[in-house]
Amino acid sequence: MARPLINVPAKVKRGQVFEIKTLISHIMETGFRFTTTGDKIPRDIVTTFSCSYNGEEIFRADLYPAISANPFFDFFTVATESGTLDFKWTGDNGFAESATAKIVVE
Amino acid sequence: MSLQTSRVAPIIGRATAVAFMLVAIASAANGADIPLDQRRSGYLDLGRDSKAMQDDDTINPATLWVQDGEALWNQKAGAANRACADCHQDATVSMKGVAARYPAFSAARNGPVNLEQRINLCRSEHQQAQPFAYESRELLALTAYVGRQSRGMAIAPPDDDRLAPFVEAGRKLFNRRIGQIDMSCAQCHDDNWGKKLAGSLIPQAQPTGYPIYRLEWQSLGSLQRRLRNCMTGLRAEAYEYGAPENVNLELFLMWRARGLLLETPAVRP
Amino acid sequence: MGKTKPGATRRAVMLGGLAGGLAATIRLEPAHATPERMRAAIRTVVGEASIRKGRVDLEVPPLVENGNTVSLAVSVDSPMTATDYVKAIHVFNEKNPQPNVISVHLGPRAGRAKFSTRFRLADSQIVTAIAEMSDGSFWSASADVIVTLAACVEGI
Repeated sequence: MARPLINVPAKVKRGQVFEIKTLISHIMETGFRFTTTGDKIPRDIVTTFSCSYNGEEIFRADLYPAISANPFFDFFTVATESGTLDFKWTGDNGFAESATAKIVVE
Repeated sequence: MSLQTSRVAPIIGRATAVAFMLVAIASAANGADIPLDQRRSGYLDLGRDSKAMQDDDTINPATLWVQDGEALWNQKAGAANRACADCHQDATVSMKGVAARYPAFSAARNGPVNLEQRINLCRSEHQQAQPFAYESRELLALTAYVGRQSRGMAIAPPDDDRLAPFVEAGRKLFNRRIGQIDMSCAQCHDDNWGKKLAGSLIPQAQPTGYPIYRLEWQSLGSLQRRLRNCMTGLRAEAYEYGAPENVNLELFLMWRARGLLLETPAVRP
Repeated sequence: MGKTKPGATRRAVMLGGLAGGLAATIRLEPAHATPERMRAAIRTVVGEASIRKGRVDLEVPPLVENGNTVSLAVSVDSPMTATDYVKAIHVFNEKNPQPNVISVHLGPRAGRAKFSTRFRLADSQIVTAIAEMSDGSFWSASADVIVTLAACVEGI
């Protein structure tokens, strides 16, 4: 239901290092929890998050159950030219989420 | 008492006089309320990173629910095929101050209703739609979105005489010992706030930011969920969601927090 | 009579049996990260290379209000040029059920070798971040974190 929350600056100067923030809704069930009747709750996590800048990967993270629910990432990249940032999340049970953000470089 | 009220009333105003009277009655019966100028939001006791999480909407997980709430606000629903926006237009205008004065009296229910119940009343009466379940993603999203519009505003319980008996009922619940632990809310949150319980700081329990993103839940949740957690913590049977006891407690707690600023949606441990 | 003392042989057999028994016990216990498992997980990533302390700044609150959501920021001192950059940052823990937390892959396009996220800590423990450089060297930093838990929890 919830769209990923992406935050990038509206405009950046060429060569400037700028900050990208992402937040998505995901339970990140560790697989180490049990129900009150003793059944194991199966693992259900996001396993990979990646960001591409005009098609070239600039950031990739392999996630483990230790990452909190509603995974949050804050990272940096160099402004090269205007274009599109593509974000992808994949995980257990065929989880796949994506988002884009435009970046204007002057 | 009445002599005091009539002396005070011309200077400060009737609502405040009623408030002072209630405080006077309550203090005599129940033991120390927190002095008004010593009341503080749990925000002040947060660690640096949790404060930062709350202060910045771009990194506050609660924003995910607020976004959903905005989408729901504009979505047509029910047999009436009506969206919230069709009656209430722009929430940033029409909902300003609403969460700050809830729970409010509902003539339909002949008693107080909290914001969640008010939203569900709208759904069933005006949208002819099924009410949302308590703690459902949709209800939390809408409550967060509506609550967000009152951020920064002072909690302002309505000046409504019809609410007085329910505030008093809430006060009694707050002061009543419950559970196997056999303690009342007041014993921790009025008498021992600021001290530690099993390594955690005891807050004053001022509901300044509900619905909150609670780190313990790793999710957004309502004030009633938090109250039920406390009751379970005391090894008492928690009142069901929507039970009049929970609503009266909410009503009393918001009255107790009157004047403190709303931070919805807040982050709490 | 042989050179081996019967007592020594018996002792060796017993110790061997005991070790075997202990090993069996360890195998059967529920998997939990331990300092040894963290070191093993680090070795899987680093191989035989030596790990130097420094250049990595690991920011975790020293006292955490709730172990479910702990802020983590790792930054590495590096010019992040095409020939001198951070290839990856790996974060490990001591006492969670699993020793790995996250592996972040970077390159010269990052501009700054820094990222933040939120992670879970099951108990007060040591957290270690290892940076893998483009020249094949490994650098690390550790932090000792105290985790308090919420007092009034939900389930019974």
